[in-house]
Amino acid sequence: MQESTANQVAANATSSFTEHLLRDRPELLPFSRSLQGGASAAVPVQVPHATTIVAMSYGGGVLMAGDRRATMGNVIASRHIEKVFPADHFSVLGIAGTAGIAIDLTRLFQVELEHYEKIEGTQLSLEGKANRLGAMIRGNLPLALQGLAVVPLFAGFDTTAGVGRLFSYDVTGGRYEEHEHHTVGSGSVFARGALKKLWRPNLTAAEALSVAVESLYDAADDDSATGGPDTVRQLWPVVYTVDRTGARRVPEPELAAASRGVIEARTIAGREA
Amino acid sequence: MTQQFYVSPEQLMKDRADFARKGIARGRSVVVISCADGIALVAENPSPSLHKIGEIYDKIAFAAVGKYNEFESLRQAGVRYADVRGYSYDREDVTARGLASVYAQSLGAVFTAEQKPFEVELAVAEVGPTQAEDHLYRLTFDGSIADEHSFVVMGGQAEKVSSAIDAGWQASMGFADAVRLALKGLTPVQEGEQPGAPLPPSALEVAVLDRLSDSTRGTRRAFRRLNDADITALLA
Repeated sequence: MQESTANQVAANATSSFTEHLLRDRPELLPFSRSLQGGASAAVPVQVPHATTIVAMSYGGGVLMAGDRRATMGNVIASRHIEKVFPADHFSVLGIAGTAGIAIDLTRLFQVELEHYEKIEGTQLSLEGKANRLGAMIRGNLPLALQGLAVVPLFAGFDTTAGVGRLFSYDVTGGRYEEHEHHTVGSGSVFARGALKKLWRPNLTAAEALSVAVESLYDAADDDSATGGPDTVRQLWPVVYTVDRTGARRVPEPELAAASRGVIEARTIAGREA
Repeated sequence: MTQQFYVSPEQLMKDRADFARKGIARGRSVVVISCADGIALVAENPSPSLHKIGEIYDKIAFAAVGKYNEFESLRQAGVRYADVRGYSYDREDVTARGLASVYAQSLGAVFTAEQKPFEVELAVAEVGPTQAEDHLYRLTFDGSIADEHSFVVMGGQAEKVSSAIDAGWQASMGFADAVRLALKGLTPVQEGEQPGAPLPPSALEVAVLDRLSDSTRGTRRAFRRLNDADITALLA
């Protein structure tokens, strides 16, 4: 009896929440099952999709911003969705792709990091976090092949190196470190164009915020699945910054001011494109 | 084939309980005190990395005395239980009561079914929005569970420490006073009733559950471990 307990304890000695779920409660994992019947790659199921996320480094940290629109085909499924989340004290996560799975993956990733921290008594390294996220995205590959892909963007402050870092992923869980800036989602091509022109090294946090809002505005201008700042409903992008002191959600008044600044400048310019 | 001697169940349980009690009595004490600022957990522990006090969940902490490997496996099981529950239901559905009853069941099962009972004593503490909503559960090696108010003392000199803390405990204490009181209880009384030198911060393990962590620190995780500098600053 005792020996079997010891074996069990040793076998259970994992610091990973995902591994624990995989072993004990696989039905709770967002990617534990593949869809049976109905869905095929040719005819993707109609579920909400989340779109543009932009992220960039600035002097002393990284910033990530996401618009608030979720679409289902040509219909706007939500105007309030949030696509950027704090992963833990020193990292944030933005998601594009199938909203339901992406939000569940985010929740799992948040618990994964906190679980490791509590079991081990220390935080994972930023590389470790980025690799864990890659493994989760890879776990979702069967669903991705059926049209339910999730593409995250991960940013955090590397406390050992003392710099902000940025990681992008593909649906197979491939992890790529990005320098300067990156963007994912259907509006990303337009946002990237804006970023290329507006970003420069050692921006201040405030300048980075207005660059992020402007590039999201450009994405919303040309991509129907990305929502622009909504002055009627007072909806602004969700923006997080991560620096030496940790992750911080940029408060609404700052976002409102940055968004109004962009809208006013465009109104004054009065240009067609 | 040798004949097994008959041992009555009463005797068997008594022997096991004595065995576990002896194991626990060898260790140093841990104090958990509910106060106005939240819950303070104080242990005499010279190791900076082998903890007797740990975070379980947002508002829940764990403290233990006894054999390290045994309570560490229980702590990890508690973290898993809490994380699975919070992930599958919601974060607010993880309660100290649920966790304590899981611990009581596992300790009870080990006490009766395994070769050797666990030589541990645990405390599960949950900080509430008001002091009246704080929960302190004390669990012993046989799976007994007690719902305590104001404070819990476990370990070697539990009775002596407990009477010292009982004499000084007040609901209105802040963290500094609570830790000072715990220290007073934990400091061994020398021969001739002279109070001994107070324990240095390096011999202490101190953690707190902040009652207002959401508003003051902007995090729902109330648990905060204090390092030597924090302890010195708190007691200054």
